[in-house]
Amino acid sequence: MQFRFTDEQQMIRDTAASFFADRSGSAAVREAMATDTGYDPQLWQRLCQDLCLHATTIPDAAGGMGLGYVELVAVMEQMGRYLVCSPFFATVCQAVPAVLRTATGAQAVPWLERILAGQTATLAWIGREQPGCAAVSAEYEPTDAGYRLSGEYHFVVDGHSADLLILAARRPGTSGRYGVSLFAIDAKAAEDAGIERVWTPTLDQTRHLARIRLDGLRLDAAACLGSQGMAGAALGEVLQLATVALAAEQMGGAQQVQDMAVAYTGERQQFGRPIASFQAIKHKAADMMLRTEVARSACYYAACIADEAWRGGVLAGELAEAAAIAKSYCSDAFFSNAAEALQLHGGVGFTWEYDVHLYFKRAKASGLMLGDASEHRETLAAQLLDGGKTACS
Amino acid sequence: MQLSFSQEDERFRTEVADWLAANLAGDFACLKFRGGPGDEHSFAQERKGWEQALADGGWTCVGWPAQHGGRGCSIEQQVIFFEEYARAGAPGRMGHIGEGLAGPTLIAFGTPEQQRRYLPGIRAGTELWCQGYSEPGAGSDLANVKTRARFDAGRNRWVINGQKVWTSLAHEADYCFVIARTDPDSVGHQGLGFFLVAMDQPGIEVRPIRQITGTSEFNEVFFDDAQCDAGDIVGAPGEGWKVAMGLLGFERGVSTLGQQMQFQNELDEVIRIAQENGRARDPVIRQRIAQAHAELKIMRYNSLRMLSGQSESDGSLQREALIYKLFWSSWHRQLGELAIDVCGQQGQLLKAAPYELTRLQSLFLFVRSDTLYGGSNQIQRNIIAERGLGMPCEPRLRA
Repeated sequence: MQFRFTDEQQMIRDTAASFFADRSGSAAVREAMATDTGYDPQLWQRLCQDLCLHATTIPDAAGGMGLGYVELVAVMEQMGRYLVCSPFFATVCQAVPAVLRTATGAQAVPWLERILAGQTATLAWIGREQPGCAAVSAEYEPTDAGYRLSGEYHFVVDGHSADLLILAARRPGTSGRYGVSLFAIDAKAAEDAGIERVWTPTLDQTRHLARIRLDGLRLDAAACLGSQGMAGAALGEVLQLATVALAAEQMGGAQQVQDMAVAYTGERQQFGRPIASFQAIKHKAADMMLRTEVARSACYYAACIADEAWRGGVLAGELAEAAAIAKSYCSDAFFSNAAEALQLHGGVGFTWEYDVHLYFKRAKASGLMLGDASEHRETLAAQLLDGGKTACS
Repeated sequence: MQLSFSQEDERFRTEVADWLAANLAGDFACLKFRGGPGDEHSFAQERKGWEQALADGGWTCVGWPAQHGGRGCSIEQQVIFFEEYARAGAPGRMGHIGEGLAGPTLIAFGTPEQQRRYLPGIRAGTELWCQGYSEPGAGSDLANVKTRARFDAGRNRWVINGQKVWTSLAHEADYCFVIARTDPDSVGHQGLGFFLVAMDQPGIEVRPIRQITGTSEFNEVFFDDAQCDAGDIVGAPGEGWKVAMGLLGFERGVSTLGQQMQFQNELDEVIRIAQENGRARDPVIRQRIAQAHAELKIMRYNSLRMLSGQSESDGSLQREALIYKLFWSSWHRQLGELAIDVCGQQGQLLKAAPYELTRLQSLFLFVRSDTLYGGSNQIQRNIIAERGLGMPCEPRLRA
């Protein structure tokens, strides 16, 4: 048992932190979020070419770094701190595991090569409002040449700009985890073949979402990753892995708004002293630090479990629980910290000029993504209270 | 970073569990799940016997170094020991103040003579300790200690006068470690000494405090020309604050994991009752139970972070250790409220007159002390803000 970063993991975290501190400051974030894609392609290319972060979880054999979820969580924490506008989450935290968990070895190679070369990717599955596998509503029908897909996807992260799309669809008449397949396509090549992608403006300006509509999109048989209709369980696991990564991003955000609030209240003078010297302020800041540190413990735990799941370790069966614990805690922690940071900034916290509102909006948006806190707590409650499983695992 | 234990450690786990299963039986069977917080008054004689049985089995002071009579267990083995101890429902320890606080303090700051004199009794489970810190005028402001220690050169002894309060186990303890003012003209952190004082002497009177629960774990201790030997001061006169603060660091050790397993036992009972009486179907109760479960699990990993000791770059106390007291005490207080809410109106009914509480009623009431003792939540927040976040201190007024 070793519950601390190794030197190598520490180095990855520090490298990511200094890179983002340098390239994802306030001005860079504001510039990137105002573009059509919602990110700066140059920053993405640097992140791929100079740091190879996009290759973190791609296996050695496929040309990646062969690392796991502890490293990925270390990177996501820093992304959250600096509010990095990047296709990293969609590509590395959603599409990469989706390919690796469902595609045959030969199928995966070309898609992973394209991602390693710096192309972006995303995963689309939400057809209705409820998340999870049950939410897949797009349908596929086998044809002589392959498949025909129809349906809608909502809340697709970077869905309007991604080079590659992983689309979840179900066989007509199935429900839940049954009958779900994932299909990998080149988004541009498919543009004239029955796919429509539209950016949907959102409250959180720093992460762009899209709606995708398929109208009888025709695909080769090879586009279906793995065995037809058998990807439901894998999709569930991929979403849990992505949930852990998102929780880490939230934890990084919770840390950053805490740092901003402490710095601001240390400078702001009223009644002849820095407002940070008043207990009314200090106690709020202390509560922020408690939430950040507890969120950090939750994320490192979940990272270890996700790593076990990724590598097929003995604790893999705990992934659903760990993801629910991390996401429920971090969603509340990030939002509470962002709200308190806004309050501690006083009037300037309400302005467009200061960055607090960017974090405040990201906190709410991330909280609602991949299951909100109460939804994850209900998952835990069902396991604790309805399944007969003991609380102590 | 990885969570699974080695095969050797898993063998150690089996050894601990087997020993507990074999020994927590017969005369000791009545002690299962007893003597924890809120129940410390129960089965005092049997629990003293249990301390010695533990010692005979080699299961006291498992984390102390072997040269001081400990078992010299690795951090992982200590984690396992405390987890298995609580999982087996083994009783609240009466020797924990000696084993967890007095002993480590003597190992860190004591003279070889003090170590020879006091450590064996702690290890053998035959000498129990209590902690003389708080006073009526020195609670949150602990440095405002008024108890005085005067050196009587003629008799070559220290003579102590004053009053301590909230002293748990004082009525059972053989020794007390006491902070007292060696320099009568000093104020604050200066001029204090750290003394080792025998409880069985004419100059000491212990009066129990009747608590919100109707029971008495805590006491007032009056020192009226109480005495100890010249050699019973740890560190030099004037260094008492340094020793006392060093001791507070030991409170964040491995034993926190045993405490969490007790919390788990309590939460398991809440869950069992909710399932039995149907409250498990109430959506709000479900959320609260799930949240309690999630945070308890995180608490475990927060402790493992503390124990893995990834030090901060500036060498300060680790952040996860700074927030730990505020975290667990707030969590436990909420569990107490949840425990009664899950029972519904049934939760009102006493076990018996005149005021015999059920386990969950006792929990509900006793947890109110968690956010008060050992630095109240408000003091914890000051410490976190000042030491963890570097925010400025309040201006202080001193008479």
